Formats: sequence, C-alpha cells, structure tokens
Amino acid sequence: MELLFFIENLLAATLRVATPLMFGTMGELFAERSGVLNLGIEGTMFMGAFVGFTVASMTGSLWLGVLAALLAGALAGLLMGFFAVKLGVNQHVSGLGITLLLTSLSLFLFRVIFGENQLPPKIEPFPQLTILQGVPFLGDILSQYALTYIAILLVPVVWYVLYRTNFGLDMRAVGENPEAADAAGVNVYRTRYIALAIGGALMSVGGAFLTLAQLGSFTFGIIAGRGWVCIALIIFANWQPLRVLWGALLFGGFFALQLRLQTTGLKLPYEVFLALPYIVTIIALAITGRKATGPAAVLKPYKRE
Amino acid sequence: MKPNFRIVRSPAPGWFSALIPLLAIVVTFMITSVFIIIAGANPFEAYYYFLISPLTSKVGILEVLVKSTPLLLTGAAVTIAFASGYWNIGAEGQLYAGAVAAAWLGTALIGVPQPVAVLIMLIGGFIAGMLWALVPAILKVKLAVDEVVTTLLMNYVALFFVSALLNGPWRDPVSNWPQSPTILANTMMPKLLPPARLHFGFIIGILAVATVWFILSRTGLGLRMRSVGMGQEAARFMGVKVGRTMFITALISGGIAGLAGVTEVAGIHFHLIDAISPGYGYSGIIAATLGNLNPIGAGAASLFLGLISTGSQAVSRSLGVPSFLGDVVQSTLLLVTLAMFLLRNYTLRRVE
Repeated sequence: MELLFFIENLLAATLRVATPLMFGTMGELFAERSGVLNLGIEGTMFMGAFVGFTVASMTGSLWLGVLAALLAGALAGLLMGFFAVKLGVNQHVSGLGITLLLTSLSLFLFRVIFGENQLPPKIEPFPQLTILQGVPFLGDILSQYALTYIAILLVPVVWYVLYRTNFGLDMRAVGENPEAADAAGVNVYRTRYIALAIGGALMSVGGAFLTLAQLGSFTFGIIAGRGWVCIALIIFANWQPLRVLWGALLFGGFFALQLRLQTTGLKLPYEVFLALPYIVTIIALAITGRKATGPAAVLKPYKRE
Repeated sequence: MKPNFRIVRSPAPGWFSALIPLLAIVVTFMITSVFIIIAGANPFEAYYYFLISPLTSKVGILEVLVKSTPLLLTGAAVTIAFASGYWNIGAEGQLYAGAVAAAWLGTALIGVPQPVAVLIMLIGGFIAGMLWALVPAILKVKLAVDEVVTTLLMNYVALFFVSALLNGPWRDPVSNWPQSPTILANTMMPKLLPPARLHFGFIIGILAVATVWFILSRTGLGLRMRSVGMGQEAARFMGVKVGRTMFITALISGGIAGLAGVTEVAGIHFHLIDAISPGYGYSGIIAATLGNLNPIGAGAASLFLGLISTGSQAVSRSLGVPSFLGDVVQSTLLLVTLAMFLLRNYTLRRVE
C-alpha cells in the first residue's frame, strides 16, 4: 500500500515536473527544425515566469498571465530571429546574449514593479483539475493543472504541424537545406521568423507554468537551468516530437525522484540530489553521442545571393 | 552635380572598425535609458553615476580595477576558447572549482612563505579549473557531444557542489554561516596599494591576457587553435589534429577561469561563499565578444565592464534604480556590439 502510494505520488509529480520541460523542448524543436539554435531559451523561460506572474497579479486573471507570457515569448523569438535570421550573426553568442538580457531585464523590472520585499509577493495559482476524481490510483495521478494537459496535447499537435502541414514541410526544408527550399519558392526568412516566434511563445509558457501553476510566486532561481536541460533533451529526443514526450517524462521522473529521495533519510547532502538531474542529463548526452544528428542547417545563417 | 554616396559591401576603413565599440556603447545607452526612465530616474544623471562618478576619485578607480580582475581572467579564458571554436560556456563553473581549491589550500598551507603559498594557490586553482573543464572536453573530443550544453550544465553542478561543502563539512564552525573558514594570512593575495582592496590578482589578470595574446598570435599552438576556430574541415585538411587542439584549448580555458576563483577567494573574500561570483563567467563571454575575440580587446572590455558594475552600484545607491540595471546594460551592449560589428563589412562609396 505504501509502495503504491509512493508510485502514485511519483507519477503525479513526474507529469508536473515534465510540463515546463515539454513546453521548453517543443519550443526549441520549432527553432532548431527551422535551422536556428535558440540559446535564448533559458532567458525566455525566465521572462515567461516573470511576465506571467506580473500580469496575473496585476489583472487578477491567471489566463491573461498565460496570454501575456505567450506574446512576450513570441517577441523574444522574433528578437532571436533578428540576430540569427536577419543579421546572421553567431547563434551561440546572440542566443546567450538574449538569455542574459531577458534574465537581467526581468529581475530589473521585478524590482521596479514590486520593490524590495521581505516576503515575495504571491498569487493564488491555478487549481488542479480533478478529472477522474474518486477513481483509485489514476484519479490522483491525473489530478493535474490544465497547462499540463495542454503540454501533453502539444505532442500530437506539434507532430501534425511538423509532418502534415505545408508550414511544417517548409520549416523542415529550411532547417535542412535552405538553398533548395528557397529555390522551390519557400520564403526562408519568414519561415524561420514564424518558427522562432512560435518556439519562443512555447518556451515562455513553460516558464509561466512555474509561477502561475506550480509555485504561485516568482523567485530568482525559478528556472535554474531548465532551459539548458531542454537543449539537451532535444538532442536526446533526436528532434522528434514524440520522443520529446518520453524524454521529458524520463527527466521529469528524475527530478521528481530526487525530491523524494531527499526525504527518505539517505545520509547524503541534499545538494547531491539537486545536482543529479544535471548529471543525468550529461550522461544521457554522452550515451546519445554521435548518434545525434540535428537539422543540417542549424548554426548556419542563410544569405540570399 | 551633387556628389552621390552609396553604401556598398566592402571592408570598412580601419579607423571606422576601431570606432564601432564606442558607437555600440552610445547606442546601448540610448536603448537602456528607456529602462532608467521606467525606473523613475533621469538617464543623464544615471549615466553620470554609471560612467563618470567611479572615475572621479582614486578609491573609485581602484574599485573599478578590483571589479575588473575576475573579468580579465574569465574574458581571457572565453577568448582563447571561442577563438579556437570551442564553445566553453562553463567559465562560471570552472571559476567555482578554482575557488574551492583556493579555499582548501588557503587553510592547508600552514607556515609556507607567502610568495610560495600564493603561487601554489594559483597552480591549484588552475588545475581545479582544468579538471572541471575535463568532462565536457573529453565528451566533445571522444563522443562529439556538444560542449555548449555540457559546460552550461556543469555550472549548476559546481554551484550545488559548493553549496554542499558550505552547508556540510566546510561550514564555518565559529559563525555557523554557510562559508568556509577564513584562509591563512600567508595565502592571501598581497594588496598592491594598501589600504585599497586592489590586490595581486589584478596583475595575474593582466598577465593572463598577455599570455593568451602570446599563445594565440605568437606560437604554433595558437596558429593551430585559430585555424580550428576558422573552420574544422580546412584545419583538418591542413594536417591540424582538431580534437587534440580543442582538448588543449578547453583545458587552458578552464584553468584560466579557475584562476578567477583563486583571485576572488584569496584577494577579496578570504573564504568561500556560494555567491562568490555574480556571473563573472558569463560576463567573460561579453568581454570576449566586445573584444572581438582579440585578447587585448577583451582585456579593455573587462575594464569597461568593471566600470559598469562599479557604476551600477553607484546608480543604485544614489538614485534607487535596481542594480540589476548593470546586467541589463552589459547584455544590451553585447547584443548591440554583435549587430554593429557587421558594419565592418560595409563602406561608403562615392558614385559618379
């Protein structure tokens, strides 16, 4: 009975922890499948957490917070597009620059708006949906936030967009071979801009999930490298939407497990458990190793002759 | 007939290229003044405190040099890596590894004369930084694992490692604060102009910049590094061992970043705390980019970033603008410079 409770708890937590990872990784999927590595992800998620929280606490509407995060994220994606698509500068440095900018700007504006408080400001977060209430086991596992269900629904939707729509075809074409796509009449720049905007919006909502659903407050260490984990996840998932789901659940499971291991009385500093997901990510990358082959045009700016 | 000018794609004159960083600074200030206004302050006044007030007193100038010290080191570390096409984003974690080594050696080197002790501290920090850079370097060279992600993730592991030490075995027994015991007097960096805080680490920073310049531009290894940085395929074709060169680069870069941890522990704080770096590793990336991956340029950029971080505290004290503004200015400057460097490819031509 105890074990069953533990498993039930772990699975429920896994879905929760996997939610921001799924949004972030799906966002990065759009960017990279169109041929742009977006290292702005960490900052975009951080900004999403900040914008979502701020708008929700000002308007009193959590869904307006989500919408604001969505729009801000799309803008962040377009900013990345300006550097990577329009100017064609180094994607590593411009992406990191955007992360540094969005992180510091969020912190700056948070201080300007909320001042320096002893206690962090709080909002009443999203409730968990109780879809199968009363059903043993499943009822508790599936008692999740609406955004978690949206994240899961995202998997078939992204798959459909990527493989069954004209836009998805264009996106994959410009991510693999922009010259050929251009010759076939695809607007490379516009396709990449749109992909980056959609991607940025998804990343940002992933960050907003943390403030609007999971925590109800904004803290400075709220993203704590989740964006970088998403960058690793996309490699691990071999740039396939379905595999992103499994990857995110696996990593979510690790995050959730370390939280539970901390309380089992193992005589280890709790930081060891905190570091575990990052170390597991590195190991996963080492295992994936040379098998990982991303879209061919990533990191290569396209210049129309 | 009036002369007609047109912008054409052709290398800009040298004097203009040299002016680009200055132009970028002006553009950055125009953009960031929006945020100063949002914070309810006057941009001109804010920029006075930002850029001028630290330079109006000897104390202020020395403080700028103190703030520049770790940036000279992380800037040099990132420059040598990026110039060689190895994307080491892990200077932050490597700095923490160096700081751990310094905090440990600083309590272990009992009775060792100061010059020897400081030298051992520096060597120890260099080795620790190298070790922290080792795993991503091996994965990159042996398994083709992207070093961007692994070096970034190692930064978080380093922070947890330090936190575990400070909350566990290294917790100060006297104050019970999460900080390591104070290091021995003989292991501290000598002050250059007592009582000011400026310390020997600044000289180490300058030497690191000079060394990276020398390696990159005056040695065979540097030539191989730069050829790998310009294109791995071509370098391989020329007979350069690409993997080996990257591996050496990664270790040198990690070692130099480790030195920044030593200078902060042994020159400023005298013990290890988990906030020993407010992101010096990431600022090193900014310094390297502003310097256009030229070590001397990165050194100059480090001094300027030191001014910005000193100035942001002055702005915060005098005008109540959150000191995060300093980071906003730094990152905006990075992006603006990145964009404006493209102007080097264009020139104004007179057409008949």
